[in-house]
Amino acid sequence: MDLAAVILVEVLYAIASLALISAGLAVVFGMMKVINLAHGEFMVLGGYATITAVGLGVNIFIAMLIVAPLVVGLFGLIVERLIFRHLYGRMIDTMLASWGLSLMMIGAFKMIFGNTTTGVSGPIPGFSIGNYQINGYNFFIIIVSVLLLVAMLAVLRGTRAGLVARGAMQRADMASAMGHSPDRIYMLTFAVGSALSGLAGAVLAPLVGLVPTAGAAFIAKAFITVIAGGPSLVAGLASASGFFGLVNQFFSFLVSPVVGDVALLVAAVILLRLLPRGITSRFFRGKL
Amino acid sequence: MRGDARRDTAFILIAGVVLIFFMPLLIDTHVLTLLIAYGMLALSLGLIWGFGGVLCFGQAAFFGLGAYTFAVAGINLGESTLPVILAVLVPAVFALALGAMMFYGRLGDVYLAVITLVVTLILFRWINSTAGPEYTIGVARLGGFNGIPGFPILNVPGRPELMIWGETLYYVAAVSLLVVFLLVTWLLRSSFGRIAVGIRENEERVSLLGFDIRARKTILFAIGAAIAGLAGALYATWAEVVTPTLFSLQQSAEIIIWCIVGGLGTRFGPILGAAALAYLKFALGQQAIIDNMFVLGLVLVLFVLFLPRGLAPELARGWHWLAGSRRRPARRRRAPRAEVSDG
Amino acid sequence: MAETVLETEGLTMRFGGVVAVDNVSLKLKARELRCLIGPNGAGKSTCFKCLCGLLTPTDGRVFLRGEETTGWEPHQIAALGVGIKMQVSSVMDGLSVHENIWMAARRFNDTQAARRKADEVIERLALGPIARTELGRLAHGERQRVELGIVMAADPWLVLLDEPAAGMTADEVARMGEVIREMTRSAAVVIVEHDMQFIRSLASTVTVFHRGRVLMEDHVDRVMSDPVVRDVYLGKRA
Repeated sequence: MDLAAVILVEVLYAIASLALISAGLAVVFGMMKVINLAHGEFMVLGGYATITAVGLGVNIFIAMLIVAPLVVGLFGLIVERLIFRHLYGRMIDTMLASWGLSLMMIGAFKMIFGNTTTGVSGPIPGFSIGNYQINGYNFFIIIVSVLLLVAMLAVLRGTRAGLVARGAMQRADMASAMGHSPDRIYMLTFAVGSALSGLAGAVLAPLVGLVPTAGAAFIAKAFITVIAGGPSLVAGLASASGFFGLVNQFFSFLVSPVVGDVALLVAAVILLRLLPRGITSRFFRGKL
Repeated sequence: MRGDARRDTAFILIAGVVLIFFMPLLIDTHVLTLLIAYGMLALSLGLIWGFGGVLCFGQAAFFGLGAYTFAVAGINLGESTLPVILAVLVPAVFALALGAMMFYGRLGDVYLAVITLVVTLILFRWINSTAGPEYTIGVARLGGFNGIPGFPILNVPGRPELMIWGETLYYVAAVSLLVVFLLVTWLLRSSFGRIAVGIRENEERVSLLGFDIRARKTILFAIGAAIAGLAGALYATWAEVVTPTLFSLQQSAEIIIWCIVGGLGTRFGPILGAAALAYLKFALGQQAIIDNMFVLGLVLVLFVLFLPRGLAPELARGWHWLAGSRRRPARRRRAPRAEVSDG
Repeated sequence: MAETVLETEGLTMRFGGVVAVDNVSLKLKARELRCLIGPNGAGKSTCFKCLCGLLTPTDGRVFLRGEETTGWEPHQIAALGVGIKMQVSSVMDGLSVHENIWMAARRFNDTQAARRKADEVIERLALGPIARTELGRLAHGERQRVELGIVMAADPWLVLLDEPAAGMTADEVARMGEVIREMTRSAAVVIVEHDMQFIRSLASTVTVFHRGRVLMEDHVDRVMSDPVVRDVYLGKRA
């Protein structure tokens, strides 16, 4: 019974962290059909922003939930203006440029923060269920992810910006036909997506420990979650994270965490072969 | 046309031989051998991407697979002739299977990128986790993140005691690159190559002409993997150790950068890009102020933005200019390159 | 009695709840010229795509020269000797006119014979002066002509053309008509078309599509004078 509870929390945590990791990329990909390969480094930047802010005496929750998204969102805005806006409509070129950006950021992290692990300790103590120790911070991540998905749903459903965003997702040209400058939409979308990446990186930082190259581990998972999710933003995120989270945890418990990761990637390849346009191209159609 | 082909071959041969004997005057042969292995690797991606329109984000997987095959087979067999052949075949067979899965599934460009990236990552993760003594192939231990040292290096076929290294290895590597280059040239002149270019230009049209593009792309993909595997074997015998970093995403990124910088849709461009950037990386490695990943990334961003066709077309124009035909001084730096990679 | 080269049996294509093609049965004899017409959304283009393998019909069957080809890949259908030209001009932009046509001929010939064939087609279509020009640099009409050349180079016995006259000048349309009539000497030709003038000039049998079904099938002159067809085109009656 205790074990079942622990496993449940672990599985939920795996799903939640996948959704969190992928949210920023999903927004950018869903709206702009741009794959930002520097997404992982955006997350790492969020982590470093948090650590730096905490070092300067900022409360850790403020650092994670406010400072990091702001810093990374601003950074995203700048690189969008400098690089990506010149490449819209050229999907492969955008991907390549973002990969270049990712390498630059890794290099910059190494130069600034050094090639070592920088950590920040989790602000929530652990507790035990029966004989098992649970990291209390995992609950925080689950809550943040759920709130994030609910917030995304609410914005898409309930606000004018969300309406424009939904229009742009369906048909980019329609939004501009309705009098919204696509340039502005893209700029803001990219900034919002970046901010979400920053948030994810910041929230996860206490768990993973930051090295300049940490982004690579995120990008692959985020990448496949978003692609496998398919056209619907929130439903896609939730279903793909749910599926991959389960697969990952199942094999992690059964064999080892490494096999869990490999199983996740193999599942992704098989899934894409079966549903080339993602889960929500077949299921949950018409949802957001 | 046939006369063209013969003149082209003769030119490549002469230029190749001149370069083989001239380059050691400029750069140490030890470094040159590495540049050649990288050049061949770049050529492999240049072939499938530049001419076949298949952007593989995991060319490093085939490179690493070739290198590991060479090492593992060498340890088991105690010589290197069969391992070289296996180092070509194993990645090719792997690519055939992977390519068949992707191309017969009609996956789009982006999905292709995702899958090749993910497969590379799987290999990287898996090979990194094989540190324990239980992971062996024959008598060879995979060694996890430490890699495999101490396998037999290249030897004269049939004479395991006559090893090829140092200056000799350079000449062997250079000649193999020349041979591969000629084979690629021949391939591109053949119907198969010309139809591959057609597929790059317009997949649907070519399939409406009655050609099976899935099979053709799969085969081209496997040919690229075979060349990358050979490059991996060359690298392995040069480095005398193979490590999981061969499979890393950074390695894959570098291959793509070489092709972009050198020039897609040309045979020489990727080799040039590989040699130039690998040498730059080597030079940057000597100092500690600027991280070389930063420089590589910057180079990639700048080329995508400002020189998406790469150096080779610019150099070709410079050459024509020097040769006196100053007919077209117009500078079209940002010429449309839809034919290369978009869509 | 000429051989039947193309036959569909209860061809049906549904997209979600929409029935784009509804139980269509066509029959085409060798060297017959047939135009498929109908207002927008009548299902003629969808039907066309089912014929050339770009769509797999939900129901029904397609036979080419007696062989069932339902669900085949486009390249398999083309490999039987079916020449296809899509609505949107689709050529290999980065390659020369000669390369484009050579590639089409190469499917059924060896390299040398394909080159001769390409030279011949270029001669027939008077493309000589632009034979070495990249397709990307050509004007729309020229590209359309090259695409016809691509179709001809494969010596097809069945030709499927989707709106071949779209966006062409009157001169070009006239020349296109000649080329198509020439094609019917060796092949059956199916044309999806809007341009009534053009269809009249071809003076062929016409199949009228309406709401996914075949409304009528007759010679163009009788079809044009039919009150129901007029209503459908003018939208008076559903």
